[in-house]
Amino acid sequence: MSKTALQKIVGMNGDESVAFAAKQARVDVVAAYPITPQTIIVERFSDYVASGEVDTQFVCVESEHSALSACVGSSLAGSRVFTATSSQGLALMHEVLYLASGLRTPIVMAVVNRALSAPINIHNDHSDMMGSRDCGWIQIYAENAQEAYDWTLQAFRIAEDSRVSLPVTVNLDGFTISHAMEGVAVLEDDEAAKFVGERHPLYKLDTANPMTFGAMTLPDYYSEFKRQQAEAIDSAPPVIAGVADEFAKTAGRRYSAFSAYKVQDADAVIVCLGSIAGTARSVAARLRLQGKRVGVVKIWQYRPFPAEELGELLTNVGSVGVIDRAVSFGAPYGAVCSDIASTKELTGLRTRLFNVICGLGGRDVRPSDIELVFHEALRYAAGEPVKEPLSFVGVRA
Amino acid sequence: MSVEEEKPGWTSLPIGAVLVTPGSAERNKTGTWRLKRPILEPKKCTNCLICWIYCPDAAILRGPKTIDFSYDYCKGCGICANECPLKAITMTEET
Repeated sequence: MSKTALQKIVGMNGDESVAFAAKQARVDVVAAYPITPQTIIVERFSDYVASGEVDTQFVCVESEHSALSACVGSSLAGSRVFTATSSQGLALMHEVLYLASGLRTPIVMAVVNRALSAPINIHNDHSDMMGSRDCGWIQIYAENAQEAYDWTLQAFRIAEDSRVSLPVTVNLDGFTISHAMEGVAVLEDDEAAKFVGERHPLYKLDTANPMTFGAMTLPDYYSEFKRQQAEAIDSAPPVIAGVADEFAKTAGRRYSAFSAYKVQDADAVIVCLGSIAGTARSVAARLRLQGKRVGVVKIWQYRPFPAEELGELLTNVGSVGVIDRAVSFGAPYGAVCSDIASTKELTGLRTRLFNVICGLGGRDVRPSDIELVFHEALRYAAGEPVKEPLSFVGVRA
Repeated sequence: MSVEEEKPGWTSLPIGAVLVTPGSAERNKTGTWRLKRPILEPKKCTNCLICWIYCPDAAILRGPKTIDFSYDYCKGCGICANECPLKAITMTEET
């Protein structure tokens, strides 16, 4: 019997599963501001505080900028810190995102992905996180509530590992994951607490041992700290893999930088992030029954980007269609496809690459949309030249 | 390729630009920015300390009878000379 089968299955939506994981991680400080569709996380967590189920300092702040600022301070004080946001809230945090990573403060933040205004829209796409893509945080994308729970627990371990010491975002698609109820297999409280462990900060605010955090650096030092920060995130993968190994032993569910579905012999592959991976796999399974060799790669660990491993995985794939759920205005490709294009260049891939933008502002990505992408990829794999390197799917002309 | 050979590199600096020992600002002498130098006429000074209050740095030093200047940190802004009610401070060109 698998370990998962022994675990309690609880009916939770994605937001609730994240709040539950944060509770089990026994966070010291939560500073957060509610924003749709993240609100349930903050509400559930404040319930835990009110009922005494957690011993957490809940800081009610006046904005997301303040929320993340309070998190940075709390993390510098040596606390385990959690927050959550979405869309405009993440945008308002933008400058503090760089403080958190630059000051090397472990913080776990759930980002419930939602479109950015204008026009205002509360539904899912990835424009919020992609807008802050280069903020120096480790960025994880979950496909469902189970993954959101599992990654949130793992995120504390990754962020607080002294070899990493960086903030981590766990991204989950607004409404599609955040508000959809699922059966989520959860660890027992003590098991989860044991897995997450204690935080042992390298440096912290301590009146008995005063240090300066956030001091100015001039041109003679700034580059060295950025180089150091680049090294920190680039050398995180072995730590993330180690945490995933331990999580697999504890929970029976195994994670890695990405998940590959029927890629080994595939002619055509879709690469995507988040909840649409499920739709993509079900369409791939159907096309497989028709003899079409198609597969799906779902990237869990978007930053640091697993270029080398993806290059190896996609070596013999004829064509790769990358789905982006955000527009990188004026750029040749969307963000994820740019990374795959870099992967192609770095690893010498000869696959025919193309980019599809879909699912903006909560627009459904239907199986028929995915099928369209696979058919295009199969044509390219068969030798047809890529006529549209970037196209919008599911958009009225 | 190191530009500043004598300074520590990224592999040896504490992470996150943490200053693990306090007092680094004291070691960082910033008076070299100064274009004008404040000069005190000690006979006019009553040690009222208005300049000491107004100095945006900590460049006015308190003494038993008159103030003095810390030229290691004074940036020559001239606020002390402007605020001195007895006109005991004059700003002169740095040479």
